[in-house]
Amino acid sequence: MSFSSIAAMLSMAQASGQPLHAVIRDADCQENGYDAAASHRQIAALWTAMQQSSRQYCAADRSNSGLIGGDAARLRAAAESGRLLGGTYFQRVTEEALKVAECNACMKRIVAAPTAGSCGVLPAVLIPLAEERDVPEETILEALYIAAGFGQVTALRASVAGAEGGCQAEIGTASAMAAAALTHILGGTAQQCADAYAIALGNLLGLVCDPVAGLVEVPCVKRNVIGAVNAVSAANMAAAGIRSRIPVDEVIDAMGEIGSALPADLRETGLGGLAATPTGKRVAQSLAE
Amino acid sequence: MRLFDILGPVMVGPSSSHTAGAVRIGLTARKLLGDQPVHADISLHGSFALTGHGHGTDCALIAGLLGMQPDDLRIPDSFSVAAEQGLTFSFQKVQLRNAHPNTARLQLEDAKGRTLDIVAESIGGGRIRIRSIDGIETNFSGEHNTLIVHNQDTPGHVAAVTAALMQRHVNIATMQLYRSEQGGYAVMILECDQPIPKDIEQWLSHIEGIQKITIFNQEEPV
Repeated sequence: MSFSSIAAMLSMAQASGQPLHAVIRDADCQENGYDAAASHRQIAALWTAMQQSSRQYCAADRSNSGLIGGDAARLRAAAESGRLLGGTYFQRVTEEALKVAECNACMKRIVAAPTAGSCGVLPAVLIPLAEERDVPEETILEALYIAAGFGQVTALRASVAGAEGGCQAEIGTASAMAAAALTHILGGTAQQCADAYAIALGNLLGLVCDPVAGLVEVPCVKRNVIGAVNAVSAANMAAAGIRSRIPVDEVIDAMGEIGSALPADLRETGLGGLAATPTGKRVAQSLAE
Repeated sequence: MRLFDILGPVMVGPSSSHTAGAVRIGLTARKLLGDQPVHADISLHGSFALTGHGHGTDCALIAGLLGMQPDDLRIPDSFSVAAEQGLTFSFQKVQLRNAHPNTARLQLEDAKGRTLDIVAESIGGGRIRIRSIDGIETNFSGEHNTLIVHNQDTPGHVAAVTAALMQRHVNIATMQLYRSEQGGYAVMILECDQPIPKDIEQWLSHIEGIQKITIFNQEEPV
């Protein structure tokens, strides 16, 4: 069976005495008819593919439109010169989010998490942490199960598609998944993972999907950065024992309702927001010619 | 919905609907044709027409027709692979009535002269629906083990096909029947829980009035 709420996942974990990630994995295996070993191979392959999606970055690559490319390399160079804020981990998170999202725009291989447009968020927070703290791979995979399980509930109760729910459904969900994953790695409880998810998603409610010329480029690449840094803050809060005053399932429902209330212009049509600015329109016009 | 629909798929960017979904449309069309096409006339509608080039929808569709999966790194270079493998193609923009914003029509021909005309839509997350085959309205995903039978609309064909599946212990999940007109050209689409044994194709092809059988089975996870 799959879960219709995160609360149900937490209760099952508590009642069964099983860890949260195992409850999520086993429910998915049962629903889809494969065994835990096959599921484990699949999630390990996804983690490998995420790491590869960062390693293939090339500063010289440009997207078909010419709008995207080279920014992660700019950030790395500035970080090395020592003039940027935020410490090594924070700078690496920003760099990785740019790297993977730029690779996506340049037609390289990425892991949709939950979508292609938001593919940079999870690798951005996980890759630098795995390196800096020498996190065991098993712990990363457990964190990915929790992220995916919570994301699945979001897809069921609300949406993870920008065309339906705006950017809050894509980057918002990716950020919340990343926050829950980080909290698990920081040693948080199942409840703290849920709180991190609620805080991260709650902080990005209302974010609209307004891609210039309808392409997954501007502002999508840089929105991966806000999703990633928001995840770090939310995980820090949750791991410190700060609770979300609104329960996680209610935050997800609110996201769904806000998504439905958004006008179509702000749901991936490329007609509103940044896409409708004079510069946004000029770019769209010149690409059409 | 699988957990790995949320985390995954591994795919070439930039868009699950406009790139990965477009590869799947090409792949499914190739399976339905039964061979690699030598020529393809492709019409793009809606958002596929407006933003398709920027999302690589065009090279993604060709990549699928060449048998590439959505994570194949050759997708951006599929036009040159097509030239090497003798696939010629054309693209045009069209406006189709009552169509999903991400819709493509593919008119294909293989080396033996067999043709296929399908309309497919990319509905998000890399998932697709096939909305028509050779002018007959359909609605299936290609996500399940699927048996497609083209036959003349005469009594007994449904019974023959379902009996053949029963003998092979294959359970039918969904079943759809379409036809051009009474006694005309008919298409039967059966989505099944188990993989469909290949021998069913030979068995059914001996039945009078059955013109074409297409099987596509899903892969195991990993």
